[in-house]
Amino acid sequence: MTGGQLFLETFFNPVVMARYLPDILKGMVVTIQIAACVIVTGIAAGLGLAVLRSLRLKAVNFVIIVCVDMARALPPLVIVLLVYFGLPNIGLTLPSFVVLWLVLSLVLAAFAEEVFWAGILSVRKGQWEAGRCTGLSDFQTLRWIVLPQAIRLTVPPLTNRTIAITKNTALGTVIGVPEILNQATTAQSFSGSATPLMMGALAYLVLFVPVVMVGRYIETRFAWRRA
Amino acid sequence: MDAILQQFFNLDIMRQAAPLVLRGLGMTLLVCAAVIPLGLTGGLLVALGSRLHSKVLRTLLAGFIDVLRALPPLVLLIAISAGLPFAGIRLSPFACVCLALFLNSSAYYGEVYRAGLDSVSHGQWEAARSTGLGALQTLAYVMVPQAVRNVLPDLVSNTVEVVKLTSLASVVALPEMLYSADMARSVTFNSSPIVLAALIYLALLWPVVRLMSRLEHRLGT
Repeated sequence: MTGGQLFLETFFNPVVMARYLPDILKGMVVTIQIAACVIVTGIAAGLGLAVLRSLRLKAVNFVIIVCVDMARALPPLVIVLLVYFGLPNIGLTLPSFVVLWLVLSLVLAAFAEEVFWAGILSVRKGQWEAGRCTGLSDFQTLRWIVLPQAIRLTVPPLTNRTIAITKNTALGTVIGVPEILNQATTAQSFSGSATPLMMGALAYLVLFVPVVMVGRYIETRFAWRRA
Repeated sequence: MDAILQQFFNLDIMRQAAPLVLRGLGMTLLVCAAVIPLGLTGGLLVALGSRLHSKVLRTLLAGFIDVLRALPPLVLLIAISAGLPFAGIRLSPFACVCLALFLNSSAYYGEVYRAGLDSVSHGQWEAARSTGLGALQTLAYVMVPQAVRNVLPDLVSNTVEVVKLTSLASVVALPEMLYSADMARSVTFNSSPIVLAALIYLALLWPVVRLMSRLEHRLGT
């Protein structure tokens, strides 16, 4: 057998591929499910926190800032392990899927809050005043005048963050969420072949290369142009 | 309330685990000291490469970066540490972690540098070249310093991400801080060692994060 054949035999073995393809596909479904849940709850919570922060209540803002900073400074894997192994001992047992979803949502919410807040701050004060002068309430001004302008600015940084945090679904493998990486490493140890690992990597590429390309397009499309 | 204190903030257990966790911190810092300079250099090369005249090379490089940005770092790490032995290449966990994080962070740093280089106007390049500087000299003394200054906040926030990524090394049994803390947790059935590690991560990164969000609040102005 030549080197090339041996390489294909080890890393792209068709028999192993056929055997474990269903598992990897199942993993892709789980990854997509978690990713979708995380994106929805993370961004919604982040926006909610930024709106709450714009009310400028001292005590509330202090709590928000501390929590957001912590979620940004801690490695997500640390939070995953803390929640997954710590909570059962105080009588709260959550399924691993829920743990991963909650932790990644928390992290995304923290980053999204920062981005949305920066967006809100970048809208000039005159816009608030003009909105209030035309008879809109504070909340209406925020909803109809400030947020539409702020969110446009936040699209590129938020897209990149969201992609990066969505990729963290792979951390689920550590606590046994049956996502792509978990399926791939399980299949690798059963089959004794490196092929499932390559399939796992390819599955991520199939899911995320288009996302990365869309992200790059959005970055240029929504780029802030300085006057 | 008592149960929470017992489970997460047990000072006795923290004291017992401290030597182990601190040794882990040493390893974490070692990984950072290896990966951050490697990533910064790799990223600069990637960014310079994407300004080459050869279209083929540029396309190849762009494809390579997209692949690295699409793969979760943990997948890259496991593919390297569990996949390479099948090709007859056996690396130590430390080397695997360095290689995986180097590849990952080069792609991200590369994007940052690229934005930085784009922000320096072409006239700078022409002016430097016409004063008699060579192409390399122009890059080293004129283009890169200005580019770096323009994207310094992004470089710093990317570095924070790299430090956080070193925690992935615990998955391939490199005894860095999270791995040590998790070992202490599994021996004591108590999460306080992980809280201790979390506190150390916070002590390292919180000041930087605070600084970053101050800088970021100038978004678009």
